[in-house]
Amino acid sequence: MQLHVATRKGFFVYDLDGPPRISGRHFLGQNVSLSLADGRSGNWFAALDHGHFGAKLHRSADRGASWQEIAVPVYPKQPEGAPEMGADGRPLAWDLKRIWSLEIGGPAEVGRLWCGTIPGGLFRSDDHGASWQLVEALWNHPGRRQWLGGGADHPGLHSICIDPRDPRTIRIAVSCGGVWRSDDAGASWRNTSKGLFAVFMPPERREDPNIQDVHRLVQSRGQPDRLWLQHHNGVFRSTDGGETWQHCPDVPPSGIGFGFAVAVHPADGDTAWLVPAVKDVSRIPVDGKVVVSRTRDGSATWEILHRGLPQVDAYDLTWRHALDVSTDGRTLAFGSTTGSLWLSRDGGETWSELNAHLPPVHAVSLIG
Amino acid sequence: MPLVRFTANLAVHCAVRDLRVGGTTVREALDDAFAMLPQVRSYVLDDQGSLRKHMAVFIDAEQIRDRAGLSDRLAADSAVDIIQALSGG
Repeated sequence: MQLHVATRKGFFVYDLDGPPRISGRHFLGQNVSLSLADGRSGNWFAALDHGHFGAKLHRSADRGASWQEIAVPVYPKQPEGAPEMGADGRPLAWDLKRIWSLEIGGPAEVGRLWCGTIPGGLFRSDDHGASWQLVEALWNHPGRRQWLGGGADHPGLHSICIDPRDPRTIRIAVSCGGVWRSDDAGASWRNTSKGLFAVFMPPERREDPNIQDVHRLVQSRGQPDRLWLQHHNGVFRSTDGGETWQHCPDVPPSGIGFGFAVAVHPADGDTAWLVPAVKDVSRIPVDGKVVVSRTRDGSATWEILHRGLPQVDAYDLTWRHALDVSTDGRTLAFGSTTGSLWLSRDGGETWSELNAHLPPVHAVSLIG
Repeated sequence: MPLVRFTANLAVHCAVRDLRVGGTTVREALDDAFAMLPQVRSYVLDDQGSLRKHMAVFIDAEQIRDRAGLSDRLAADSAVDIIQALSGG
């Protein structure tokens, strides 16, 4: 098993067979915002965010021995005339700002990749990333025009769930644009945010499906009707394939359940993990203690897991892509903005620190 | 023919070199340059063909005015410098 870690200053590969050790260091000094390992083709992908020079994608066919820059999603030419104004009244340029999610298509769809971006476009590739097409049915949907920026200036598509029963069924989540579903490989879309609420909005718009600030959406592979999402206003779960959402009250340690990351057990859709923080402007661990919250009964009860995690003056924040659970359901890893990285091999009961001095961690994924 | 020069910081990411190009506007000069160095285009221009927010172009040491249309005019012997617009301390 490997742990892939995308950070502000490079992409690191940990070998976890035996004592964990870094076996690969790639793009040192560069901002690697996301990575993807495609188990169908063996390709690895790294998304780089060069700031001044824009977002780029690199691909390796030899497990990181060599990398090749490939195409990035490019937005089509914006219609002539007045610029599109975002729902917040600011101009919204049709321009790739950030690659914010990368997922593979179905097992038989070798070569198919999906990419979510800021300012909200979803793109598809059918040639291992050599070229990308904007999913126009979503981009041109009137509801898309209602999306808002969250922490970023513009809306961002950060979660893509390809249904394990049928890869034509795709669920995505947007900050701030709610949850959306297609059952025809992206040809048509509908908003499926019923049950979500946004207390930061005026009362009349709290249940507006197009402005819900979803931080992360995950789906259980073995029980795909069980989905979890971490929202700006707490944790929600669905037991009907994401058609409706139930708020999870009293999520410890804050009670509110603020955070960014959520992971769901691959076989047991009632088991989920969170890395919580104080809401919403401070975004630090409650009482300076890094913990993981876990439920194993669909949110009826929660446990706070802390063995091996720092419990005094720790101010690590875990971003939405920086928590992952392996296909074995027992191995978990998460990384933080202060460069800490932790691993558990027992479902979160105990944790070991792999590193306390990495660059800020954007994303982790457990491979194999 | 105008001369196009790229910031050395770009060389970290792609192969750049000084180029003699055709054209009487920045747009034409850059189109000519990117025909020779296609990888560099997306590092300098955004998806709509405008200059990236934190990039700058100088013609004979004067910063261009039209960052979207790139219509600023060149002389036959102009030097066009593509640099990063530095910000922060």
